[in-house]
Amino acid sequence: MSELLRGVVVAHGAVAAAMVDAAEQISGVTGALTPVSNTGCDRGALEQRVVEAVGAAPAVVFVDMAAGSCLTAVLRQLRPRDDVRVVTGVNLAMLLDFVFHRSLPAVDAAARAAATGGTAIRIP
Amino acid sequence: MPLLLRRVDDRLIHGQVVVGWGRPLALQFIVLVDDEVATNAWEQELYRMAVPAGMEVIFSGVGDAAARLAAWNTDPRAGALLTGDIDTMAALYHADRATVGSINLGGIHHRPGRTERLPYLYLSDDELTRLRALEREGLRVTAQDVPTAAPVALGAIR
Repeated sequence: MSELLRGVVVAHGAVAAAMVDAAEQISGVTGALTPVSNTGCDRGALEQRVVEAVGAAPAVVFVDMAAGSCLTAVLRQLRPRDDVRVVTGVNLAMLLDFVFHRSLPAVDAAARAAATGGTAIRIP
Repeated sequence: MPLLLRRVDDRLIHGQVVVGWGRPLALQFIVLVDDEVATNAWEQELYRMAVPAGMEVIFSGVGDAAARLAAWNTDPRAGALLTGDIDTMAALYHADRATVGSINLGGIHHRPGRTERLPYLYLSDDELTRLRALEREGLRVTAQDVPTAAPVALGAIR
């Protein structure tokens, strides 16, 4: 069996840590997601945090906003990598989908997560 | 209309700039002066995605910007000048002291060798010394991350 995908959540302030904690509490799956905060670091330092969190293995990187410092840092470092996919607008629904589909290729896991996350946005 | 904001922010165009300052100042254009971004089309597109419709982003290298500062400063629209580091803003100040007469230190974050001066402002001793030298030349320097916070004079930063 191939290595399971790594998930990395990159967000402003304490958002990533809170979302990872919540996803772990709900799913019971621990260690699948790594939070990265942009707090207190310049562009170079944030890019370094992202690179260290993603590592060399295939991964899906979830970013809070579809623009801004977090996405910029992620794309500047990871855009050339075919084994990494980036999903913006992270929400809990997409993280919960992801942690149960980590055996998929990154491109497929990212597509599933994005679709699930989008479906979760409603005005009930 | 004179440029409403001349800001050093190492995250360049991001939420604090677009929302925090952009809305209250009703910014219609941002000039981003950065030699690296000025030659990178996909990164420019990324920064354009960060601004609302109707807000223009102008990308420029330092050399080109120095010659265009006066024009931007008389543009009828509300505009802001943005650099990612102190040296770039200092170069613009030296190129056109009338246009870049005061600057805002909005976000200079941690890296080895820097010390926290404010929660959003990390400076090495050398950077602080250079800023003080610029102020002695006539540049007014304050730190302020968002408009709702009080500006901090450079003289109060230790």
